[in-house]
This record gives sequence, C-alpha cells and structure tokens, in this order.
Amino acid sequence: MLDRDLVEAAIAVGLSGGADFAEVFVEDRQSVSAFLDDGRVEELTSGRDRGAGIRVISGETTGYAHTADLSAEGLRHAAAAAAAVSRSSSNPETVVLAPSEPGGTTVVTYPETVPKATKVAMLRTADDAARAASNSISQASARYSDGRRKILIANSEGVWATDDQVRTLFSVSCVASGDTGMQTGRESIGHTMGFELFDEFDVADLAERVAKRATTKLAAKPSPSGELPVVIKRGGGGVLFHEACGHGLEADLISKGASVFKDRVGEQVANPDITLIDDGTMAREWGHFSYDDEGHAASRNTLIENGVLTDYMWDHIRARTQGRGSSGNGRRQSYQHLPMVRMTNTYVLNGREDPDEIIAQTPYGVYVAQLGGGQVNTATGDFVFGMLEAYLIEDGKITEPLREGNLIGNGPKVLHDIDALGNDFEMGHPGMCGKDGQGVPVGDGQPTLRVSRLTVGGTAA
Amino acid sequence: MSSQRSADGIHELARHVVSLARADEQVEVYAARGRSTTVRVHAGQVESIRSGDSTGVGIRVVRAGRQGFASAGTLDREIAFETLDEARSNAALAEPDDDVGLVEPDGVGFPELELFSPDLLTLTDETRINNALLVEHIVLGLDPRIDGVRVAAFSDAWGEASIVSTQGVDVWSKGGSCSVSVAPLAREGDDTQIGSGVHAVRSPLDIDIEFAANDGVERALSMLGATKPESGRVAALFDARVSASLMGIVAGTLSGDRVNRGRSPFGDRLGEIIASPLLTIVDDPTDGSSLAADIHDGEGLAARRNVLIDAGQLDRFLYHSESARRAGTSSTGSAVRGSRSTPAVGVLSLVVGPGSTPNAELVSSVGEGVLVEAVNGLHSGVNAISGDISVGVRGRMIRNGQLAEPIREATMATTLQRMLLDITAVGSEVEVLPGGVRSVPMVVDSVSLSGK
Repeated sequence: MLDRDLVEAAIAVGLSGGADFAEVFVEDRQSVSAFLDDGRVEELTSGRDRGAGIRVISGETTGYAHTADLSAEGLRHAAAAAAAVSRSSSNPETVVLAPSEPGGTTVVTYPETVPKATKVAMLRTADDAARAASNSISQASARYSDGRRKILIANSEGVWATDDQVRTLFSVSCVASGDTGMQTGRESIGHTMGFELFDEFDVADLAERVAKRATTKLAAKPSPSGELPVVIKRGGGGVLFHEACGHGLEADLISKGASVFKDRVGEQVANPDITLIDDGTMAREWGHFSYDDEGHAASRNTLIENGVLTDYMWDHIRARTQGRGSSGNGRRQSYQHLPMVRMTNTYVLNGREDPDEIIAQTPYGVYVAQLGGGQVNTATGDFVFGMLEAYLIEDGKITEPLREGNLIGNGPKVLHDIDALGNDFEMGHPGMCGKDGQGVPVGDGQPTLRVSRLTVGGTAA
Repeated sequence: MSSQRSADGIHELARHVVSLARADEQVEVYAARGRSTTVRVHAGQVESIRSGDSTGVGIRVVRAGRQGFASAGTLDREIAFETLDEARSNAALAEPDDDVGLVEPDGVGFPELELFSPDLLTLTDETRINNALLVEHIVLGLDPRIDGVRVAAFSDAWGEASIVSTQGVDVWSKGGSCSVSVAPLAREGDDTQIGSGVHAVRSPLDIDIEFAANDGVERALSMLGATKPESGRVAALFDARVSASLMGIVAGTLSGDRVNRGRSPFGDRLGEIIASPLLTIVDDPTDGSSLAADIHDGEGLAARRNVLIDAGQLDRFLYHSESARRAGTSSTGSAVRGSRSTPAVGVLSLVVGPGSTPNAELVSSVGEGVLVEAVNGLHSGVNAISGDISVGVRGRMIRNGQLAEPIREATMATTLQRMLLDITAVGSEVEVLPGGVRSVPMVVDSVSLSGK
C-alpha cells in the first residue's frame, strides 16, 4: 500500500521529539452501494477513500494527525504534527520493521470483479419477492453494499501488518399498511466475505421473511408495560450482552472509573451458566478481521467464564500502562480516528436447556424474536434496546404479536437474572457499534434465553 | 445565481469538473475541505491531541432520467475526473424516472450570514489544552461528590463547501465552530452517575467554560440516588433538550420524500390540525445566531425559513428537488448532504416553540408527573413510520407541583401522533442548544411510564 521507506521515514519523524512510540496507519477503502425503493432502482454509488493517520505517544500523551496526502511530504507533515506532543529532542534508533503474514485471504469472489448489473438484479429479485409475499406490503426497499478495506499498520516496535477486509451486505425493509396504520419490518444479512455470500443466502427468502414480519405486526397489540419475564430467541438478542456488559468491559472505560465492572475481575458477575466471549477470529462474521487497527492479530478472549469475570478487553495504549499485551480490540472507524477499545464478535456460549421448554415454562411474558439497536450508560450499567419483533407468551405458548417497544434494564442485574439458557446457539445479524462518535462493524450471538425480569416499555397497562 | 466569494481550490475544481459535462447529461459537483482539532485531557494531563484535514468530492450525473453518484476522499484532479466517469457508469445502471434531475436555481436570495469567525485560526494547542484543563479543574471543584471526569475536551473545526452544476448552481460557503465539553462522574456510596456539559460557539472568544462545567455537574449530581419509578400513565414535562429530540423526529416525518413514499404517519394530513394549538415548529437556517444556520442547502438553493406546524396545523412538508418534482411542487431548500452521499431531505435548523407559559411555571402546572431530562434508545425506540415511541428516560418525579426524587431505568411510551395532540403547555423562553437547535420545555399530558 505504501513503500517501506516512506513508512520508516514517517515513524522516524514521529520519534524525533523523544517520543516513546510512533505508528503509521494507512487505509484504502472502496465501496459500492445500490439502492432500490418505491419499485425502482434509484441509485448506484461508489466511494473511495485513502489516507493515513500517524500516532505518537509520549508519556501519557498521544498526538495524532491524519492526512489524505500519502506523498513523502504529506506523511512527513502529519508525522511532525503528531510529534508536537513530545517536547524533548533525541536521535532515535533506526526502526526495524518485521512484516507479519498478510491478513484477509479467504475471499472467494472479490465484489469488484462482479458486474454492477448483477448486483442491481438482486435488488429487483428482493422487491418482487417482498411484494409477492403479502398484499399488505405498501412499500419495499432493498440495499446492496460491499466494501473493501485494506489497511497497513507499522510502528516503532517493529510491527508491520496488513489486512484486507471485505464485507458484503444486503438489507430489505418493508412497510405493511392496513386498517391499524403502518408497520415495518427490516433485516440484513452481512458477512466478512465476498460475493460468495449469495451462494449461501437467498435474497428472495430474506425479502419474504421481512414482508411477513411487517404484515404480522399489523395485527400487533400494544406491548405490556412493567417488569416481566422476557425470552429472547437464539441469534436475536446478542445485543443484550453487547450493551449489558460488553461496553462496561472495555479497558478504557474501566481505567476512568466509568464502568460498573471496575475492580470486579474474579467475581461472580453472572449466572454460572454464562460464558461470554469476544472473538475477532470468528471467520466470516461481521466483526471479524485478521489484524486489528493497531496491528495486533485478532484474538478469542473469554470475558466471563461460568459467571466469573475473567478479563476486560484491551487496546495497545491501555494494555501498555498495565504492562500486558493487547487483546486485539484496538479499532478505529477510519484513518481520521484514534483507535480505542472496541468489541468484535461478542457472544454467549450454549447452555443446556431445550429452547421449547424455556417457552413452555414461562406462564406469562414477552418473547422477543429480534432485538433492535441499543444504548448503555456504562457508569450506571443502565441499558435500553428496541424490540423489532416480539410476541406475548401466555400459558407457556407464544400467542399474539406485539407492537414495537423498548426494553430497559441494568447490566450487572440482568446478568444474574438470566435464569434459563438454551442449547441452540446462533450468531445474529450484522451490527454497527457507535462509541465516542466512531462506528465499527460488530457481530453478536446467543442461544435462546430467559431473563426473569426486564422492564418492558409498552403502552398497555 | 450569484456566487458567494470564491475560494481557490475546491471551487475551481468543482467548476472544472462541471465544465466536462457532455451535452446530454447534467452534472453536479460537491467539493468540501475542512480541518478539525480535538484536545482531550484527563486527570490534569493531556490525553490526546488529534488534528487533520478532510477533503472530499461527490459527483452526481443524471442522464435520461438515470442518476449515478460517486465520491472520493481527495481533491486530486485526476481522481476527480475518474470519479466523474464512475458516476457516469453508475448512472447507466439506474432505472429511469422523469422526476430525477438536478435542481434548477429558483431566484430566492441568499441570507447574509457570517458563519466563519477568523478567531478560530488564532487558536493554538496551548489555548486548547488550557481550555480543556480548565473545564476539568472547575468541574472537580464544584462539589465534593464529583470525583472524576470521563473526559474533558476542546474541539474546533472549520470547513468550506462548493456546489456547482450544469443547471447554473454555483455556490460556496465557509463555516466553523468550537466547543468545550465535559463528562463529570458523581459518586455517592455505590452510586455513580455520569453527566455531560457542552458549550459550542462560532468564536473561541465567546466560549463559556463555566457554563459547560456547571451544566455537566448539575446533570451528574441530579441523578444521584435515582431509583426505578412505579409504572403508570403520567403527565410528562420534557426539558428543552428532550423536546428538541422528540420534535426533531416529528419534523423528520414531515419530509416530502417520506410522504411521497408512503412512509410518513402525517402524509395525508396537510392543512389539518395534527397537534395542540400551543405547538409551532419551524425550520429556520437564516438566523445567524444559531450554529445550525446555513446560507444554502445541500443542492445550492438559498436556505430559507419554513414553517412546518403552525399553532397545531400541519403547514408544509420539506422538499429537495427530486421529491418536489415528484409531488408537483417546488423545493423548500431542504436538501442535506455531505460529499459522500446524494442529497436527502432534512431539517437544517430546528426551532420548537416558543409557547406562552413561563418556563419556571411549568413544573407547578404539571402538579403530578415526571420531568424528563434525558431520553435514550431513540434510534431503536422510535418508529418514524408507524409513529410508535418507546424510549428510556431519566429525570425527576413531580409531586404537588414540586420537583421530587430522581428516577432512572424507566421507559416512556406513546405515539408521535398522540404526543402532539396531548401537549398542554409550552414554555415561553427559548433555549439555544449546543448544536444550534432552539427549543422550549413542554408538557405532554399522559405518557406510559414503565418502571417497577
């Protein structure tokens, strides 16, 4: 992506003020997106972004400068700006960069090799399938997108890592209209892989599923309100763990005392059936990569084992202050951003129970087939997330569909309140996690489970 | 169309690319350049200084009713030419539609606004660091229960954008702002609460560090000891920020594009009463005192004042060129965009209210209910098509017309349609929020509060 001598020169400039650490991050990103709405392929767009970010750490202070100018002059200028945080002068030793195995070699069909017309044709297939699925569908939209992100990370500790991340995504949204107003359904399939995604997943099936979901909700009644047992279908609620404890286990928040999980390693923080993993190595999943955005190899990290908190997630800078290694969780949205601790694919391992039994043993409650996005206040652990598809459970059976509503709870409490864990693990849908203004792709997963008490934010008494 | 002062660089590039348009195609170039710096401090130390330039060019090509778009994160001429070709090839694959096309200049005059303060260019890292350290220092001294901050920061940014098209659009504008922000942590026993305070202005000379510090600390302290409330139907007093969030979503549903596509709950209600007569909502980017003010919209038409809801009556939908053509009307100058995407319809600068009840009398007017000071989960909890709302809330109970205990871990549910009709009082004093939105507190009689 960039010649070794240019990178070495930039690192040398970064260190010239006596800094402890200098890093060059180079990114080249290409994307294509096609959008159908209102029965028409409206638009194809393509984007290209290239640039570098140079990070210099001196004591406790980080300097960062980014530029879209990848010439020797542009890099030197950025490196000098980043190095302004270090005030002394020194003659640094020459850095020896040791290339590691290039990442990201599993793609079968790179999306840029597929004609755009083929991508557009899938939108039409999805639209036809959605409208054929139900007479109530008044509107449908579909989006195809692919992105290829090549990165290079080199630093004064000798790291030279490259990764080639390819992600492909297809989303469908439907509006169903009836006497009760309008209801919506949406779902995405997306994986860290190339166009071979569509050898495995059928966009017509996806569209039909979304259309039926929107139509079903036309008959939905208001959600109950107050504290109730909530059963969450496999693959539909990994976001619960992402919000309830994932963010609170990020070392940057821990170090600032902004997490309810501070100083709790070794403690029983969850029901003993719960084992929580964050796993950047999980090939094909949305949060997968070979190297993180600091050049550390992706890693499978156990955060909670049999209910006991075993570790936090770490990036380079937080790990360094603790004299330990990064856990491969240093990520950034783009070359314009500083890396920080982020999740990858976060999931809970299987329990032992039969998922049908979990429902059967719930006299009254809410069954959530799909949760939407969420948000957490890490200082208190209070979180909230939306129910995209939910039903009432009455006498151990799933009965009527419910209108959308939010669930609210408290992370540390919910981890203890999980009183049933199924044996039917599944990964969920692709997600985008936002933190401090930066978005990164993440995955999640879980088996069917029950929380004995969660506050359901409906309008029914 | 008159051109604003032209800058070398982006404006020349935009004009040059447009000059390459072929006879049978429309071409629009949006070129932008900016610079931003953020200093973050923690525990009296500089944590990070981040700075950099961002550049981008977005090119739209329309040929025979087919639209294509391509963007690149650079102002390199050769890449801009390649991007034009990419947009052309994308256009060839879209399906044709007579309503697709670039905007035609409409002769509306541009507001005279100064959106860029040269004082921004005098900022040094030392000043930025001192401001961030000062807000942290003030916060730590305000109350013994404040024992840290998650982050204290000073940010400044400025940018310029040009839009040029084959249809005669030729505009350039420049703007900038700076802000100080802090997230204090308040602790009492095992209870930790986080607050946030921000002050944002155009000129660094106007920055009010004490305001940000006090606001953040007040928000953190007020939540100490908060508990989960009982469930029930209650009257709710939204503070100005919460009003702005919820009324911003209402304004979003009044996008003509959403209406055209059958995705607005108010699509067939134009001219009808959809809200309490106490409510007026306006999009006004022409008031230079707001940080959200703008000279032109994302397609280069003059920014203008649009009344959306006038004393409860749905007065107008917002349109950009394509949505207006589809609806048989004209653009309201409501295109919003960046260099990486085609224009969408949006609100430029929201103004909620003012009403007639003095803000200080709103709590007593509620009698029994809840003051909502923060909502969360808006992105998942509001369905702008069906109108269903269910969001997490924090705030204080109101008992006997007085503020009582703080509450958390609760949700509030209603629908957009019902909420608008249930408004029973609107504050008379407008507050300017950090992003430039102007809003007032308001009372909504009856929402479902879900807690215990």
